[in-house]
Amino acid sequence: MHELALCESVLDIIVGESRKQGFARVKQVWLEVGEMAGVELQAMEFSFDVVTRGSIVESAALNILQIPGSAWCMQCSKNVAVRQRFDACPDCGSYQLQINGGDEMRIKELEVE
Amino acid sequence: MCGVCGCGHKESRIESKPTHQHEHSHADHHHTHDEGDDSGTSRLVQVEQDIQSKNNAFAQQNRQWFRDRGLFVLNLVSSPGSGKTSLLTRSLTDLKSDFSLGVIEGDQETSNDADRIRQTGVSAIQINTGKGCHLDAHQVGHAVENLAPDNDALVFIENVGNLVCPASFDLGEAHKVAILSVTEGDDKPLKYPNMFYAADLMVINKMDLLPYVEFDVDKCIAAARQIKPEIKVICVSAITGEGMDNWYRWIKIAREQKFIGLAEQTRRIEEGSPDKTI
Repeated sequence: MHELALCESVLDIIVGESRKQGFARVKQVWLEVGEMAGVELQAMEFSFDVVTRGSIVESAALNILQIPGSAWCMQCSKNVAVRQRFDACPDCGSYQLQINGGDEMRIKELEVE
Repeated sequence: MCGVCGCGHKESRIESKPTHQHEHSHADHHHTHDEGDDSGTSRLVQVEQDIQSKNNAFAQQNRQWFRDRGLFVLNLVSSPGSGKTSLLTRSLTDLKSDFSLGVIEGDQETSNDADRIRQTGVSAIQINTGKGCHLDAHQVGHAVENLAPDNDALVFIENVGNLVCPASFDLGEAHKVAILSVTEGDDKPLKYPNMFYAADLMVINKMDLLPYVEFDVDKCIAAARQIKPEIKVICVSAITGEGMDNWYRWIKIAREQKFIGLAEQTRRIEEGSPDKTI
């Protein structure tokens, strides 16, 4: 359940942005969460509701964009799609992969007023 | 050290929240911020920030603090019951003559583990996370200040027993060390891939119990390497002492490696050519 802590960070960042970018209310939040970021989306949505209560983000719609996993295959010298950290290269079967996408957690954009 | 935090109200935010009632519907929710009088106009703003940016900033501060004092810090992660604390108490006893030591203990409740550590004569600070399932960089920053380790000390952080959440939180440590015992499943690395990906070393503990359990060491190592091909593996028994020398050798070599790099970096900065890679 580290999603609760993640949502607290999201709220902190948004409150910080509200001062910088001058807004008083958030209507929608877009997050980018990688498939391999270890984030349970349902837990994230649940925690988001709990954490944002009584804040400028209360009742905002949460949109989570899932970012597919990708990795650099050292054998093939190219980027390949992976879904899990233990996946092999879909082309050559090697496990010599360096994950280079799909483990991010970012706040992308807000709709504010 | 903690320039950014307004701590005190942070740790228990969820608890302290509902001091005002939430029965009100949004219709009677009066906002007093209509200065612009452009109510109803909404706009999009770009944020583009890592959700973990705050934790990462604290981790970076910790890293700098550790570096300034020559501290070598290891973050021990495992499931509950893998023998982390037994491994640690034996290690402390054996390493006491070689290093100045310190321990930060993370548990949801009780100071039992810190008490066990203190019995070895090593100073320990307990962090009780309460509802939290992991240590974060902010807590560790404060704990290490209270611990006040000697310069050049070896500091162990014993994270909350949990193979999921601690993987996502950088504490500023040099390495995460994942500890697994033979009484668990040998496919555990595959079940908790994020943790074994985040770790640089896997210690397989309770090797003395291997004859009595169905645990395939090779299969376990293969599983870990499937996730992280370069992960190092050491098999030990904290009870009999089997393999412990390898663990101590790893600590010493990893520490040396860290400081060889740092000394070189400092020398280059002093000479005014910091950008040259070694």
